[in-house]
Amino acid sequence: MLIVDALSKTYADGTQALSDIGLSAAPGEIVALIGGSGCGKTTLLRLIAGLDRASAGAVEVAGETILEPHPRVGVVFQEPRLLPWLTVADNVGFGLGGLGRSENRARVAEALERVGLAEHGRRWPRELSGGQQQRVAIARAFVPRPRVLLLDEPFSALDAFTRRGLHEQLLDLWAASKPTILIVTHDVGEAVTLADRVVVMRPKPGRLEETVAIDLPRPRDPVSARYEEAVRRVMAALDRSLHPPTTRRDPAPEMRAGWW
Amino acid sequence: MPVLRQGGRVGLGVGLALALPMALAVGWEIAVDTGAASGRLLPPPSRIGATLFELAASGDLLSHVEATLIRVGLGFLGGAAAGILMGTAVAMLPLVRRICDPSLQALRAVPSLAWVPLFILWFGILETPKILLIAVGVFFPVYVGVSGAIASVDRKLVEVGRIYRLSRLAMARRILLPAVLPATLVGLRTGLGLGFLFVVAAELMGASEGLGYLLVDGQQLGKPDQILAAIIAFALAGKLADTLFVVLTRPLTRWQDTARESL
Repeated sequence: MLIVDALSKTYADGTQALSDIGLSAAPGEIVALIGGSGCGKTTLLRLIAGLDRASAGAVEVAGETILEPHPRVGVVFQEPRLLPWLTVADNVGFGLGGLGRSENRARVAEALERVGLAEHGRRWPRELSGGQQQRVAIARAFVPRPRVLLLDEPFSALDAFTRRGLHEQLLDLWAASKPTILIVTHDVGEAVTLADRVVVMRPKPGRLEETVAIDLPRPRDPVSARYEEAVRRVMAALDRSLHPPTTRRDPAPEMRAGWW
Repeated sequence: MPVLRQGGRVGLGVGLALALPMALAVGWEIAVDTGAASGRLLPPPSRIGATLFELAASGDLLSHVEATLIRVGLGFLGGAAAGILMGTAVAMLPLVRRICDPSLQALRAVPSLAWVPLFILWFGILETPKILLIAVGVFFPVYVGVSGAIASVDRKLVEVGRIYRLSRLAMARRILLPAVLPATLVGLRTGLGLGFLFVVAAELMGASEGLGYLLVDGQQLGKPDQILAAIIAFALAGKLADTLFVVLTRPLTRWQDTARESL
């Protein structure tokens, strides 16, 4: 469904952000991209979304080369990016067109229901909390039924409690239409909760270091032994990416603190 | 109950705001009435009221107000249209910005009244220079508001439009226009206020009707009550126009998270 082939990005000032990225994801697969700051996770996502152009290599979605935003690719940004002059329902339906009024309304209502905001459709975005706004953004991305959905650290600004609820709602929405999901995160726990596969990135220049398969049934129990074992495997891979074998130390504290 | 209490607080606020001018007016009325002051240069409220009533009853007031409002209206429309067009062009087209903006900013620094002699020389003393002067006053706040608003539209919201592949027209209609609307309305409102400021200057430069004419006429004939009546009419007309503008445009920006409701 999604193929990233030998993708590189060098900025005008000569900084190489990404080097030779190769990645593919099957229909319905959830892939988490994890790595420290500055390893090009967001850059990679923007290239796949068609928001920026790659210096070399190509991205394909369902056999089509991506050069600009594609109708079957949805994006959820780090901030909700709701349009403040539209009601919550109009924000959710923003990307819908040509379906007819009643079909649009039905899809919006269904998406709002799934993210638990059925009662809030007529409110203004400013009247919602940060977590609720991000749920609206997620509903907006799902409503056009994308085949590939890109999420750029969508929950990083939220508290652990809110994040937990949003993971469940995201998986619920995903289960309904099974798009391929690529989610960028710096939270190991989040990656293990959501993904079928965790890809660890490494900085300067950004490249893919290692892939950890998460072969756990859903819903995943974060206190089970298998879950903890998966977290340990991702942590170890992260550790290897941060510290080449000769200078290996404990994982960076921010990686360890965030995982659960 | 809370509604009642809130109503009471508003009433108290209005009462406190009116206390000082009312006390001064009543005091002056009594002073003139008892002969402690002559009231020749500053007539008491009753005389101003009588003059205002006389002007209104004869129909003169209405025709003067009408003349002034037509000038403000035409000047406002012209200045606002030019301000919106120029502001949009300067914000959207870098070449136009580099060529026009420095000159416009320089012109903005010229006190608008300084144009009066030149305008009279160029266009005579009839309607054209008056409306033009008002338009110049309205133009600048609208121009600055619109160009600034377009230049500062959130790139992140534009990106949302890109993700959904909006055409240029749809991007303008669905993202840019609503994003710049609040600042544009603020510019227009400031412009409207300046329009009323400039219409006085315009009518002082020679007019046969309009509230400004009433001012000059009152000065030349030594009728301070007429001058004050004209000032009151100006204040009422300006306040009414501003309130009307706010009421009419409020529905457009009700999504905003501001304290405007308390104004």
